[in-house]
Amino acid sequence: MGFPDRIERTMELAHPPTKVWAAITTAEGLGTWFGNKATIDLRPGGAARMSWTGGHTAEMRVERVEEPTAFGFTWRVDGLPDDDPRRTYVEFTLEPVGAGTRLTVVETGFAQLPEDIYRKSFDGNTQGWRSELGELVDYLDAA
Amino acid sequence: MPPDIEAVAEQVFSALADPSRRAILAALAAGGPATATDLADRLPITRQAIAKHLALLAEAGLVTAEPGERRRVRYRLRSAPMQVAQQFLAALARDWDGPLAALQDHLDNSVRTKGEHHADTGDRDS
Repeated sequence: MGFPDRIERTMELAHPPTKVWAAITTAEGLGTWFGNKATIDLRPGGAARMSWTGGHTAEMRVERVEEPTAFGFTWRVDGLPDDDPRRTYVEFTLEPVGAGTRLTVVETGFAQLPEDIYRKSFDGNTQGWRSELGELVDYLDAA
Repeated sequence: MPPDIEAVAEQVFSALADPSRRAILAALAAGGPATATDLADRLPITRQAIAKHLALLAEAGLVTAEPGERRRVRYRLRSAPMQVAQQFLAALARDWDGPLAALQDHLDNSVRTKGEHHADTGDRDS
């Protein structure tokens, strides 16, 4: 079947790396072309957030900052439950090409699945509900 | 050893490819654990066919059998394989082409705006 773990895109931009860097690492840039609004604490471990007018938001954790060649962050996998610990890693790399920039985006981690997380999410979910409903029954029985 | 996630996703998608199995999984998701008889009452599927599908779903790990009232087996949906399938779909649904095209426009636009200070401010987006 081919579980896609890695998504990669490369594009040539007619702008110098410093300009592209600003577009992808500042609140002003990210809040213009990517989200509708953004905040970013640009240092490894720093938090970043984008929001869209529809109400969707994305929380990122900055992982790599090497101005103006590499910017990496992790974020949660869209479509998985909010408490799911899995995150994908996104890395932008910028290479000068003449007066412009070759920008590469790589997102990896879609196919990650450590067994403990698998077990935890399965047992956690079913037993969570089972015990919560069980507690409710105990509570009602006692009343 | 991590489980083979491709195999897990494949089982979810082949289970979902059949309308009767989709109906059974949907009924368990919507109404919680149920016996084959409960499901036969609720769905336009014969009890025999339901039993056959449930056996297949249990073998694939998509439902688990557990003892219910009056010693009848109840079936419960297992969410973990569904989360694996969601992960597969998340990779397909991730759109980088749209944002990257927007990045290109953003960069081209800001140059254009700067270069044409006294001309129109180029509100292409509106």
